[in-house]
Amino acid sequence: MTAPQASARGAERAEEPLVVACNLSRVYRLEGAPVHAVRDVSLTIRRGELTAIVGPSGSGKSTLLNMLAAIDAPSAGRVLIDGRDVATMSDREATRFRLLRVGLVFQRFHLMPTLTAIENVELPMAEAGVPRRERRVRAAELLEYVGLGARVRHRPPQLSGGEQQRVAIARSLANAPALILADEPTGELDARTGREMIALLDRLNRDGVTLVLVTHDEELARAARRTIHMRDGYIIADEVADAAR
Amino acid sequence: MESARLRVALAAATLRRHAPRTLLAIAGVAVAAALLLDMVMLSTGMRESFRQLLTSRDFELRLSPRGTLPFDTEATIRGADTLLAELRAEPEIVRVSPVLGASVHVQGGARAATAFALGIHADVQGDYRLLTGHDIDAPLTLVANDRFLHDAGARVGDTLSLAAGYDPQLRAATGARRLVVRGRAKFIYLSADQPALALPLATLQRMLGAEGAGRVSLVMLHTRRGVNADTLGRRLEARFPRVSAISTARAVQRIDERLSYFRQLALILGSTSLIVGFLLVTTLMTVSVNERVGEIAVLRAVGVSRTHVVQQIVLEGSAITLAGALAGTALGLLTARWLDGILSAFPGLPAGVDFFLFQPRAAWTALALLAACGIAAGLYPAWRAASLPIAHTLREEAVA
Repeated sequence: MTAPQASARGAERAEEPLVVACNLSRVYRLEGAPVHAVRDVSLTIRRGELTAIVGPSGSGKSTLLNMLAAIDAPSAGRVLIDGRDVATMSDREATRFRLLRVGLVFQRFHLMPTLTAIENVELPMAEAGVPRRERRVRAAELLEYVGLGARVRHRPPQLSGGEQQRVAIARSLANAPALILADEPTGELDARTGREMIALLDRLNRDGVTLVLVTHDEELARAARRTIHMRDGYIIADEVADAAR
Repeated sequence: MESARLRVALAAATLRRHAPRTLLAIAGVAVAAALLLDMVMLSTGMRESFRQLLTSRDFELRLSPRGTLPFDTEATIRGADTLLAELRAEPEIVRVSPVLGASVHVQGGARAATAFALGIHADVQGDYRLLTGHDIDAPLTLVANDRFLHDAGARVGDTLSLAAGYDPQLRAATGARRLVVRGRAKFIYLSADQPALALPLATLQRMLGAEGAGRVSLVMLHTRRGVNADTLGRRLEARFPRVSAISTARAVQRIDERLSYFRQLALILGSTSLIVGFLLVTTLMTVSVNERVGEIAVLRAVGVSRTHVVQQIVLEGSAITLAGALAGTALGLLTARWLDGILSAFPGLPAGVDFFLFQPRAAWTALALLAACGIAAGLYPAWRAASLPIAHTLREEAVA
């Protein structure tokens, strides 16, 4: 089964840039003092890429991811996703954009504990107005895709960490977004489950999904075709693995 | 529509997640709602109850001795025969019902008893409702309430010797008559614990001798449809200087003025219960939102709109309020009945008066106030939740 995503269109435009960040900066105020979390970052991510952003804690990688996800606004610079500047979007536009164009995966899974696995996957589709029958079928397909076809009626507390993260990945795919952003997707998982998750993300990417991961996990970083290294808010290296890997 | 269903499901699941807390909140709102309903019922109940009482027998105008209210004093209107004849001749008046009030005493029976006697014309009277037996049908017949029958140890069919007074010089009863009890009656304007009976007006006038001859205490008038009772009353006052006229509307107004204390009390307690309900729901929703800031931030992150987050939290608050209001309505009706039983036993109050009168409009008013309160109570925490900075909240959650 392939990723139930609108990847055919993506495959046709494989070399087109999907994400373009220009001179992106983010300054926080911490007890009155400015903290430069991201400094003058520019990068381009093409469709179908699997990109890992790595770096020590406090290097600005999660802040960069949040700005790409339009859940944090840059202090300066622009973020273009699919040609749209997310930095200038209103809250309503940014919310709609996240709903339809971006899938998010979090370190701590962040599922709704009161909903079943399938309801969690249905949630973004319901918000997007997908009819009940249609979204139920698609949610079941997505859960099947991530290997949880037998656990659709389970609630998050009844699932292991790895299973919860699989549900979160299925949820991120719900509205067939152009881009999946994952913040430490293996951070809360044991080594074996982490490897399973890496395999799943790899499969997702091979099925045409554009992925940007923030990770400390070297194994996950190695699975990426491209690795961006950050330190002190700057991009210090941008490596693209050779095609043989 | 699709997301609305999911919001309802999410709200229901959230409330179920902390079932004991939700139930306690509903119980709290129910108590506040019950108090609010009772206070709304109290604020309008007595007035409405009096209004119903005064209009129940279709008399729109009452004439009493000049400067008095009906049965406020022992004063009577003299020259009643002429007055009644002239009133009956008035084209705007359909029915004239004279009443004379006096104390009478049972003589020589098993038990001594005193009663408030009403001299009336049985065919037009508006003072009692016959419960069992027959109405007054001869000069020496009477109907009495249960309290009098109990005090006198009498039953329907018994003959009682009644006296209108006692002459201390002669040491003998005055105006004594033997009357047959024809029926049991409920006296509308008298309290249930007051022994009372009704007998023909002419009989009572004769029993009272010179004090009662040609006198009445009150004349009740039923006017023709469309006649303004106040205007007619003013005209009658001008024509008959020895009477004061009071329309039902003015009587209700006077009662209303006298009951302003109750209304103020009801307003204060009702407002307090509303504030308590509001604070209860606000506190609960604030606690609930504080516990779920991470979840709410995730909802926002995955694309759930701010409006929908607000709607969901308001929905939770409203659900608690609605459940509490429904339970509170039942509780309020039960407590109103119980309190009414206590307050209605207050001496001197007409048996037909209720302190807490259930009126659907009052109940809807209370429910609407509470619903508005529930929505308002959810708004602040909802807005707070929807305004959370998503990235910052998720970071804080990750650290926690």
